[in-house]
Amino acid sequence: MSQATKDLLLSPVVNNNPITLQILGICSALAVTTTMSTSLVMAVSVGIVTALSSMFISMLRHHIPNSIRIIAQMAVIASLVIVVDQLLRAYAFSVSKQLSVFVGLIITNCIVMGRAEGFAMSNGPIPSFWDGIGNGLGYGVILIVVSFFRELLGSGQLLGFTILNTVNNGGWYVPNGLMLLAPSAFFIIGLLIWGLRTLHSEQCEKPDYIIVPQHKLMKG
Amino acid sequence: MSKQDSVVTVITTTILLCLVCSILVATTAVLLKTRQNANKQLEMEKNILAVAELVPDPSKLTRIQVLSIAKKSLTPALVELKTGEFYTDKKLNVMTYDFREAVKKVDLSDPLPHDQDPASIKHQERYAKVYLVHDEAGKLKTLVLPVRGYGLWSTLYGFLALESDLETIKGLTFYEQQETPGLGGEVDNPRWKAKWKGKRIVDSEGKLSIQVVKGAVSPDAKKAIHQVDGISGATLTSRGVNNLINFWLGPKAFGLFLSKLKQEKRQS
Repeated sequence: MSQATKDLLLSPVVNNNPITLQILGICSALAVTTTMSTSLVMAVSVGIVTALSSMFISMLRHHIPNSIRIIAQMAVIASLVIVVDQLLRAYAFSVSKQLSVFVGLIITNCIVMGRAEGFAMSNGPIPSFWDGIGNGLGYGVILIVVSFFRELLGSGQLLGFTILNTVNNGGWYVPNGLMLLAPSAFFIIGLLIWGLRTLHSEQCEKPDYIIVPQHKLMKG
Repeated sequence: MSKQDSVVTVITTTILLCLVCSILVATTAVLLKTRQNANKQLEMEKNILAVAELVPDPSKLTRIQVLSIAKKSLTPALVELKTGEFYTDKKLNVMTYDFREAVKKVDLSDPLPHDQDPASIKHQERYAKVYLVHDEAGKLKTLVLPVRGYGLWSTLYGFLALESDLETIKGLTFYEQQETPGLGGEVDNPRWKAKWKGKRIVDSEGKLSIQVVKGAVSPDAKKAIHQVDGISGATLTSRGVNNLINFWLGPKAFGLFLSKLKQEKRQS
């Protein structure tokens, strides 16, 4: 595998992560991370959709008229999402039941759209494909980390296996109900972003404004 | 304006793209339809087995096991809701009868006026498919009734199982719903469903009395045996479940059938 492909695949995982650096795709990261199994399926689905849609859009990039490019991208993405949704319903019924509306909502996932517009429209099909897979990975890693904490602390399980025996099942662990609600994903993602930006300080954004107390302005 | 942006190119690309996309989507949908429907059907069968307590955890069973248990222990039957009698005519096939098809047909369903439709189902079928479970002696052990009604976002489709006295709930389950996962979606939670077991649907005077209350039921309340805890964070879904249970057990649905069945039981 060439260095360029490797970069395309791995840089979205830490250095240019779609969730923690670009703050995209947060909505679904909140919604599907209550259990690890749904997160895994969601991550795989998003990865496949991003990779394929980027590839197809890149193939069509010289033929898509500039004035309708967003709508053309949406058409490709939406079709792929429906295909994935149909496949899940046919071959992974119980998971598709848990993911319910969120598979359909991949259409509105900003990562897919962002890669199509930001990368695939100006690169060849093969790099676009790898870029899509890489971003799916970056998205998936965050989803898995978040769901690990949410499932473990919220229901005492990992991938459906009991790790901490909860009080309701006769054990000792009092589950943290907050972990099952969407705000907890915000906290975990926030902590992740904080951690990442402490380690990689180049990821910190420069402030748009510098806050100066008013009396200093008056003096000047 | 570049060549790519001329009106003709825009229109042709759009049409071509739409065509390709729609063919792709349509083909997958059509090819997978039978498999998806089989999944839905199986999910429903599993729910019937679970609610009738024929197997502890049907989600672990294979398709063949589920179908064979269902065939062996469940007796489906059609009930005419208006008369409360079993349907004995040959025109409708019990095995293939589907209320979702029936509500689309004028001769098999009736529209419900708004004020008589607490479960918001709009059209009610004339015949309902119930499932009977008999014990070894051939006596009725469990009666499984189909129920449905609107929650917050979606229609909840489920089954209510009654013990042989036809007054005590054996279980309640929903096999299809799109309520908010984690909130209204908790109607699917086994712990909440377990709260229904043993609740009585009629009071000492023989009147229908079953209710989902807001918050927890106080155990020493006089009506505690007729009440089930609401789901926290899901007031509207809980209200929906309350309405649909009361509707389907009430006079517009299975009320007459249940009282006739009870009368028969007393006479025999």
